[in-house]
Amino acid sequence: MSKLVYLKDVVTLQLNSESCSGCAMCATVCPRGVFEISHRKAKVADRDACIECGACAQNCPEGAVSVRVGVGCASAVINSMLGINNSGCCSMDQYENDKAAAKGTGC
Amino acid sequence: MRYKIDPGLYALGAPDADSPVLISASFKMSFDLLREALPARNAWVLVLDTDGINVWCAAGKGTFGTEELAGRIESCGLSRVVKHRKIIVPQLGAPGISAHEIQKLTGFKVAYGPIRASDLPDFIDSGLKARPGMREKTFTTGERLSLVPVEIVHAFKNFLMVLPLVFLLGGFSGQGMFVANALRFGGATALGLLMAIAAGCLVTPLLLPWLPGRAFSIKGLWPGITFGVLFLVLRNIVSALPAASTLESAAWMLLIPAISAYLAMNFTGCSTFTSLSGVKKEMRWAVPAQIAAVVLGAMLWITSVFI
Ligand code: SF4
Ligand code: SF4
Repeated sequence: MSKLVYLKDVVTLQLNSESCSGCAMCATVCPRGVFEISHRKAKVADRDACIECGACAQNCPEGAVSVRVGVGCASAVINSMLGINNSGCCSMDQYENDKAAAKGTGC
Repeated sequence: MRYKIDPGLYALGAPDADSPVLISASFKMSFDLLREALPARNAWVLVLDTDGINVWCAAGKGTFGTEELAGRIESCGLSRVVKHRKIIVPQLGAPGISAHEIQKLTGFKVAYGPIRASDLPDFIDSGLKARPGMREKTFTTGERLSLVPVEIVHAFKNFLMVLPLVFLLGGFSGQGMFVANALRFGGATALGLLMAIAAGCLVTPLLLPWLPGRAFSIKGLWPGITFGVLFLVLRNIVSALPAASTLESAAWMLLIPAISAYLAMNFTGCSTFTSLSGVKKEMRWAVPAQIAAVVLGAMLWITSVFI
């Protein structure tokens, strides 16, 4: 099955090639295979696959990647709009969600 | 919290100063999966205090984070326990951890392990190298199905809240006794709502990769429309109730797809491929449309009860 992708042209991922050293850390941590390394530079190869988890930005030693981090979860957005705190899918049904997440699914 | 384990350093088997060090979260299942993945192996497991939450979610919140990891390495005296300076951090913890910061703060080099714990033996045996595929998050049918019960329970809570209203309004439908009507018409209505839930919480997740559209609300529309038609067929042909009026049919064809689309939209949080920017963009048009359809559908349905 090919990779599932969400909406087109919407994510906030930014890569500054100039400061990139080609260390490939971003490609290592990305759970969505967004980056490719060619000629000792990182390249955003599959932008729409990005889920804005922030792993790449956290782990780029050159600070060449930036992204507005968030969880793509509609119920969390609704809860925060309604002023219900503790939002975030992760806190809703702790155990069941965690069980799936621990297996490598989202939350 | 029942699913919490104490943070600290644990031994799997009989590890020594050369054994690998694996980092985990204080969620019991994360720890158990690690242990099951490495039977008959000697390793250290350093459990971070994530408040009983799994690695991925805790990394998003920042509790599975650089500061906690550096502090825990320090407080457990890891540099005295092992001779080498390598730790294996689960890749799904990367959003919370800054590998170069950890090296600066503690001298330990972070090797990001595979996404699935079951790939760990392979990863360790190949000298901490991930094979292709080990680094990508999947969303298989099994993974999607395992999330269905949670979604159904959520939807069911709301369903139970509207149920009294459904039976009350059912009582005013048709001729005859109030209680008998409440059961017959209310029962049919309850079935309609249950089918909407099934469309949004079961069929949509199951068929997710194949449903047309990128926005989850659009994906949820197709099972919703199908189940809307199916419901009307059941309602008119199979049940002994008088056939639904045009008004009532229209109401159902608005309500079931709209509810299904809404529930499908809420599955974004369970999925592994949505971004917050994307979800916000979808919600800008999807939520107003869903509310409009539900309000209109409810109005049509109530009108159909009283005329
Ligand atoms: S982590 Fe940063 S420096 Fe390294 S390849 Fe990626 S963008 Fe370039
Ligand atoms: S934010 Fe996450 S998904 Fe997006 S490119 Fe970075 S690591 Fe990959």
